[in-house]
Amino acid sequence: MTGNLLLKMAFIFASTALVSIGGIATMIPEIHRQAVEINGWMTNDVFVSTFAISQIAPGPNILLMSLVGWRVAGVAGLAVATLSTVVPTSLVALAANRAENRLARAAWYATLRKALPPIVVGLILASAFVTARVAVRDWLGVAIALGVALAINLTKVNPLIPLICAVVAGVIAGRLGFFG
Amino acid sequence: MSTLETPPPVKMTRLDLMTGFMLVGLFGFGGIAASAYHVIVERRKWLSPKEYASVLGLGQVLPGANLINMTTIIGDRFHGAVGAALALSGLISAPLFILVALAELHDRYAELPDVRAATLAAGAGAVGLTFGTGAKLARNILNSPTAVAFCALTFASIGVMRWPMLQTILVLAPFAAAAGFWRREK
Repeated sequence: MTGNLLLKMAFIFASTALVSIGGIATMIPEIHRQAVEINGWMTNDVFVSTFAISQIAPGPNILLMSLVGWRVAGVAGLAVATLSTVVPTSLVALAANRAENRLARAAWYATLRKALPPIVVGLILASAFVTARVAVRDWLGVAIALGVALAINLTKVNPLIPLICAVVAGVIAGRLGFFG
Repeated sequence: MSTLETPPPVKMTRLDLMTGFMLVGLFGFGGIAASAYHVIVERRKWLSPKEYASVLGLGQVLPGANLINMTTIIGDRFHGAVGAALALSGLISAPLFILVALAELHDRYAELPDVRAATLAAGAGAVGLTFGTGAKLARNILNSPTAVAFCALTFASIGVMRWPMLQTILVLAPFAAAAGFWRREK
């Protein structure tokens, strides 16, 4: 039972990671679709807190996958989720590194490199849209999201700073009784 | 095996590699890219800014997390596949412990109003982070009707229709490449 679950999770994470061009953020809609909508591994609320915690924690953003694995099957889930997200794409990176000079001269590679960025932008915006629908629940949430988006567009601050401001604002608003 | 034209400028043992990437992971609160640059270029001087940019560029076009790819490549260039594995485990291990500790702490106090408000606010803030990144990229990348069309198609398929990502990308990417190729030929 658990073996099947782990195998399924490994397949989902590995196959999604292998097409996650433009970084891990582009995987989030698919992970939400699989974890909440298709497999029912967690509720929307748990997904939101998992997403929030993984964004606050230090480290690479594959941590969302790791934490989903932890929620689903404890230490084994954490290990399977992390490895299946990291290992297949790292093997691709290893191969690409060793073939870099040949790759750089290949015409299809140049074409693909030019063609993919608009798709990446679409994926990132889709990621924001999907997470907004589950994680932004009222006007204060909208204000916080837009505030952070503006801050990272207009300034070069470490993204953690607007994120901390968001948390402080949320706690204050919660104390005042109109958030949470 | 290594594609670096000049030999690595610094002596780096396998232990250095692992501890260096452990530092990257630990410093990476809110944007690990900055901490990676700090450790790899400024502090330990493993790569020059130019080499760093080229490795990062390669990491960004490959699937998966940019930083994971970059770590793999740097590990490989200095110590082969073993180096890649050591660098990756250095990068991930400490953040994983912190992550699980944070999650357990959160779950224990999830009912407290302050924790609930903080989590909701962090979630909304993280959405803003993703949206802000997307908007920033859109300004630079969406400079032709074809680009806007492929961006919109991707957004609609994944964000609105909720179609599976694997199939969507496998269908859209060849069309985008063909469109780019056709435009160049014209």
